[in-house]
Amino acid sequence: MTERYDVAVIGGGPAGMAAACSAYENGAEKIIVIERDREPGGILNQCIHSGFGLHYFKEELTGPEYAGRFEEMLGKTGARLMLDTMVLKVTQNREIHMMNPREGYSVISAGAVVLAMGCRERTRGAIGIPGTRPSGVFTAGAAQRYVNIEGFMVGRRAVILGSGDIGLIMARRLTLEGAEVLACIEIMPYSNGLARNIVQCLEDYGIPLYLSHTITEIMGKNRVEAVKVQRVDESLKPIPGTEMIFNCDTVLLSVGLIPENELTKEAGIKIDPRTKGPFVFENMETSAAGIFACGNVVHVHDLVDFVTAESKKAGEAAAKYAINGNSAAFNSDSKAIINGENIAYTVPQSIRTGNADKFAEVFFRVKRVFGDSAIEIKDGEKLLKSYKRQHMAPGEMERIIIPGDILLSASGSLTISAKEDEKL
Amino acid sequence: MKKLELERKKTDENGVSAVKELVCIMCPRGCRLKVDESKDYAVTGNACPRGAEYGRKEVTNPTRVVTSTVKVEGAVHARCPVKTDRDIPRPLVRKAVALLDGVVLKAPVRRGDKVVSDILGTGASFIATRNMEASE
Ligand SMILES: Cc1cc2nc3c(=O)[nH]c(=O)nc-3n(C[C@H](O)[C@H](O)[C@H](O)COP(=O)(O)OP(=O)(O)OC[C@H]3O[C@@H](n4cnc5c(N)ncnc54)[C@H](O)[C@@H]3O)c2cc1C
Ligand code: SF4
Repeated sequence: MTERYDVAVIGGGPAGMAAACSAYENGAEKIIVIERDREPGGILNQCIHSGFGLHYFKEELTGPEYAGRFEEMLGKTGARLMLDTMVLKVTQNREIHMMNPREGYSVISAGAVVLAMGCRERTRGAIGIPGTRPSGVFTAGAAQRYVNIEGFMVGRRAVILGSGDIGLIMARRLTLEGAEVLACIEIMPYSNGLARNIVQCLEDYGIPLYLSHTITEIMGKNRVEAVKVQRVDESLKPIPGTEMIFNCDTVLLSVGLIPENELTKEAGIKIDPRTKGPFVFENMETSAAGIFACGNVVHVHDLVDFVTAESKKAGEAAAKYAINGNSAAFNSDSKAIINGENIAYTVPQSIRTGNADKFAEVFFRVKRVFGDSAIEIKDGEKLLKSYKRQHMAPGEMERIIIPGDILLSASGSLTISAKEDEKL
Repeated sequence: MKKLELERKKTDENGVSAVKELVCIMCPRGCRLKVDESKDYAVTGNACPRGAEYGRKEVTNPTRVVTSTVKVEGAVHARCPVKTDRDIPRPLVRKAVALLDGVVLKAPVRRGDKVVSDILGTGASFIATRNMEASE
């Protein structure tokens, strides 16, 4: 016999916990959160730095504090938190197959499912650096876990490849733990991390950031002994004659995150090649009716507050689906969002007007750095609305609110684009 | 790149800085601030009042909230995360973290428990940032 739940949430990180809390607030009664780790909180448990919660809690918290507050809120809902349990399969008719050391293999079914599996790190294999394969090469997130949770140092002299936030945060962390961080190397002409992290993690400690540079060779027999770094040209190819050697015993890779979507793909849910996460509608419903998704599994977020906001939306929609047996708007008129010039992706990818009569929230990333600029929404050639920005960068997610009347006035799809502000 | 040049100080011919440009780190928005020393540290470019306060402080007495970990025994993990309960002067950051070296906590630990009091005479304390239950 398969046990039946109103809402089943896969993943107990901030996304999963917020979705479960909001499903409860919206009337779902029997809720389960399934987490493979032995504690909830996801990636936040290892993010011991502060910088979380300014939007949502109006105070600056560390990752564990943010997770702790949600764990307490989740506790009050009476939702079942199933730890140490790995979900192996999800089906379109909302059956969840899972396994844990106590009960072995089991299957449950749910009125609605929320996917909240987060993301994983890209590894050296994914970017292919030539050279030997000595020990001492870590992804920044793995190093973060070793240092902050398990309590052992990864090395004494480190070079960081990539300027994503995890790499920047780890540059400071290793420095404070007594290691020497020689440099942070970024192939793009701009940093992928937040400006505040460049200031408080690199500049505070005098760690140089080499933009338009990359590691072209890792040297060492058993342990890393040195790396070769070269400047790159506009097409990102190393320029001969610009070689620098850094003697180091550790290389941290902070070269990006990829949404964790094995389960999603296997369930036959449509994936957007740009976000590498499921295609979603305005209420975070995927291409499979009754299956919702939120957090880093949909697109990589830099701010947990946005993860929470998005997940509450998913939890609310999941509760409604479980109670009504359908999404009222599943078949309503939908407007695709087209990525115009300089837009890397948008979430959602499509808006059903039946669910967005008041407004729709759209998250997106731009493809390059902008100063004074404008975001434009067009219906074909017709400009519907524009938004001003003083600064935009690929590393900083943008958010706009499209008013309902504008949505309804569009004849077909909407195109979002970004450009320099000409009036200045 | 542009972003980095922004953080560098603007100096006049004598090398005396008058207007300092910096990035506000009080929230992820990262406003580009200008702080005019000759005008009693007047701050421009901030989208909210916290930026004005940060800009003034950053050029007169920069401070940081510091996070790190300490050893914990009898819990599921080996380390317990901690933070300073308020910001401390930036030059003291490394010395403050060094105070944590010999500290060993015993589970259970509660979020908010004091780990080190009155760090280097600042009046700030390191406090635990999560609960850690005793394991068996
Ligand atoms: C190093 C780093 C620094 C950051 N710094 C900041 C910051 O300063 N401020 C800020 O606001 N944000 C920050 N963020 C961003 C924010 O923390 C993340 O975007 C957010 O935690 C993502 O939440 P999530 O729940 O989607 O994913 P996760 O936290 O990754 O949670 C996913 C959960 O799902 C579980 N799971 C996955 N697959 C399965 C399965 N098959 N079965 C069962 N369980 C499964 C995982 O174990 C995990 O617990 C940072 C992120 C990182 C990585
Ligand atoms: S000035 Fe205000 S809005 Fe701008 S970065 Fe600072 S705290 Fe954030």
